[in-house]
Amino acid sequence: MPRWADVALVPLINLVLAFLVSGLVVLYIGENPIEALVIMIRGAVGSAYGWGYTLFYATNFIFTGLAVAVAFHARLFNIGGEGQAAIGGLGVALVCLAVPWPHWLLALPAAIVGGAVFGAAWAAIPAYLQARRGSHIVITTIMFNFIASALLVYLLVDVLKAPGQMSPETARFPEGATLPNAGVLAAIGLPFRPSTPLNLAFLLAILCCWLVWLLIWRTRLGYQIRAFGHSEPAAVYAGISPFRITMLAMLISGALAGLMAINSVMGEAERLVLDSVQGAGFIGIAVALMGRSHPLGVFLAAILFGILYQGGAELEFEMPAVSREMIVVIQALVILFTGALDNMVRLPVERFYLHRRTGHL
Amino acid sequence: MTGTSRTGRPEVAPSPEAGAPPAIELRGISKAFGKVQANKNISIRVMPGTIHGIIGENGAGKSTLMSILYGFYRADAGEIWIDGTRTDIPDSQAAIRAGIGMVFQHFKLVENFTVLENVVLGAEDGMLLRPSLAKARRILKQLSEEYELNVDPDAKIEDIGVGAQQRVEILKALYRNARILILDEPTGVLTPSEADHLFRILDGLRREGKTIILITHKLREIMEATDTVSVMRRGEMTATVKTSETSPEQLAELMVGRKVLLRVEKSPARPGPVVLEVRDLRVTDEKGVERLKGVSLDVRAGEILGIAGVAGNGQSELLDVLGGIMPATGTVRMNGEEIDLTGRRSDGQTRRAQGICHVPEDRQRRGLIMQFTAWENVAFGYQRDPGYNRGPLMDNDALRRDTEGKMQRFDVRPANCWLEARSFSGGNQQKIVLAREIERNPDLLLVGQPTRGVDIGAIEFIHQQIVNLRDAGKAILLVSVELDEILGLSDRVAVMFDGRIMGERDASATDERELGLLMAGMSGEGSPGPVDGAPGRGPLEQPA
Repeated sequence: MPRWADVALVPLINLVLAFLVSGLVVLYIGENPIEALVIMIRGAVGSAYGWGYTLFYATNFIFTGLAVAVAFHARLFNIGGEGQAAIGGLGVALVCLAVPWPHWLLALPAAIVGGAVFGAAWAAIPAYLQARRGSHIVITTIMFNFIASALLVYLLVDVLKAPGQMSPETARFPEGATLPNAGVLAAIGLPFRPSTPLNLAFLLAILCCWLVWLLIWRTRLGYQIRAFGHSEPAAVYAGISPFRITMLAMLISGALAGLMAINSVMGEAERLVLDSVQGAGFIGIAVALMGRSHPLGVFLAAILFGILYQGGAELEFEMPAVSREMIVVIQALVILFTGALDNMVRLPVERFYLHRRTGHL
Repeated sequence: MTGTSRTGRPEVAPSPEAGAPPAIELRGISKAFGKVQANKNISIRVMPGTIHGIIGENGAGKSTLMSILYGFYRADAGEIWIDGTRTDIPDSQAAIRAGIGMVFQHFKLVENFTVLENVVLGAEDGMLLRPSLAKARRILKQLSEEYELNVDPDAKIEDIGVGAQQRVEILKALYRNARILILDEPTGVLTPSEADHLFRILDGLRREGKTIILITHKLREIMEATDTVSVMRRGEMTATVKTSETSPEQLAELMVGRKVLLRVEKSPARPGPVVLEVRDLRVTDEKGVERLKGVSLDVRAGEILGIAGVAGNGQSELLDVLGGIMPATGTVRMNGEEIDLTGRRSDGQTRRAQGICHVPEDRQRRGLIMQFTAWENVAFGYQRDPGYNRGPLMDNDALRRDTEGKMQRFDVRPANCWLEARSFSGGNQQKIVLAREIERNPDLLLVGQPTRGVDIGAIEFIHQQIVNLRDAGKAILLVSVELDEILGLSDRVAVMFDGRIMGERDASATDERELGLLMAGMSGEGSPGPVDGAPGRGPLEQPA
């Protein structure tokens, strides 16, 4: 199979199938699917306002997508992005609230460290259990999502809630710990309106894409992670410690998931609220799968899912017959087709090319 | 090594002149996978009641041809005739109905089922198992008596030896009324005496009129067991000859397309000081089974110590322990210095730093990352080499330059360092591993199965590289299940059986028969009969 078919054709077919089935669903509830599609796309990318939201969502998905992708290179399926991002949010909030930050330029590095360390710490326990005890990482990371969720409910209701306030959330971060919004992007020539939640974290996400690419394909650690991911017996032969690689890959993965909070907690909400992750940890799995665990692919897939999120919100608004749940169904179909059913398309395409061109047995 | 000792057997098939049609006739079979023409216009006639050998290098198209015959692939063109009738074989069920049975190289048995259950599996008569099992037991008993195929029908597969497992595969085929039996590399996992047993069984089957196709890359087996032999090269059938009218040299030439040295040319060893000293090495696996039971041996500089033995008698564990892959107890000294066998410094990186390089037995599982490019694989195990690193990043340019040089010096084809390891042939994959390890100039080279799955042309080259390293004064520990290779390459031979060293011999003063007895666990001292010292005399030629 040629490379372009692997990275472009297969995802495209997946996407078209997802939209076809979604179209049937829309048709079933008596609306025009073409019209729905147009509303979605126009809502997501038809205006600077739409783009602002789309890219804000995409930023979340880039972080969680990269998190899944890094672990995936070590053949570790990190389902715990949700919990790691939530705990990362806790780290970011604690950093932001601990000090009356004079300026965001000082607050941001500290918050990055806070989010990354907390996210990594949350991934460290499942990683250790996998590396030393053989407890399956899929199971433990899923469990840790629930633990993280329960922990945050307890903390926000009983410990961190701002005094004299009804809702379970922390106090607002001080002025010096809020990130510049899309206005800063306007300064570098991107005409985004400040009224969207898009903020500086988008640039941080792009930086992370580049850093992950560097890590995976240019450093010795990345080499070892990939070698371990392809074949553990071979890695052991080469003197690569499975324990060390499992730990490091999961720590990096957890840290990336934790960094999502820079966007959602520090950048948008400016306080820690309940359920600040909103499923982005799981979307990250689909993003990494669709992006074939490559940072560029993750970036593009994250934008696609950003479009889906923002477009879905617009659709919900403009087509009353399409309810919130319908949007979830459509998003789920895209995840189903691009993620879970990937091989359904990949294998026939592969066979087609095998038949036509290449010459392996 | 000629066919003269095949006493008491008809030289040629009994029936062709009687006008019986060929048991199998393939006419103009072609099969392409994309651009690769795996089989080109192949025609072959296999007479009933004969053993027909098919020989050829890896990738010559033997397996493809047999897969077509067994219904795994469909030929692009050509016809299959069975017993004079044109037959269509779309799947393996059809092949079985046509009376074809296949014994694969890797057995297809359910480990925790009994022999009987395995034989019946897929050929049950109805919903209820009991009548089928009873019937199978009766037939099995009859077959066992008829063909010396003795296996305990109630033993579980996991509890019986590989030789017996192979007999179960043959029984499975016979139970399904196979008249034509295809065996794919059947002796790879057998001791010489087990191979001997197998060939007696095949001989018996032939006398009953069964037709046998024997696929192998071992010239000796072809010479000893077959009536007719067909040679394949690059997808084509280059020759079909009567075995009695050919020689191993001629067959090798037909296979490779040029004259081949079948023996390794090497001068006598000049052993130096002891490099590797192993004392009372013991390994227990996860299941609590002791795999090494007190192994002691020395390897000197400038010599090749060959470890002979049937696969699974502890040789792999020995290599893994020395290569830093598996922990063990006991003492190992490298150049007089004791090395850590269990602790933090017991890993492949440390071993390499201590001058031990390792060409692993299974290059596809261990020695290479199949999805990595050739240049990425050249750094494999040496990723810390300062020459491959530049600050925090890997110096991929330097790595690729180094790889290009290695590929040239070791004649890796195609010499394209951007190709993934899996797109090279077995021989070229092995050359990449060898280049990587040998060019480190290690004090001790561990080599496991250096020519497994490697074509004859490359074998010669690989053997020469190993001998060159020895002549440079390095110590070499060679593990191989191919006795020919052990005898041809080693200066001294140690035989392993059941986790122990059964005996050590000078390679020039022993032969296959003596080693074969040691491999079967019989101590060499009490072996029956005088050792006649003729190398190359196979066990088959001994009176059964």
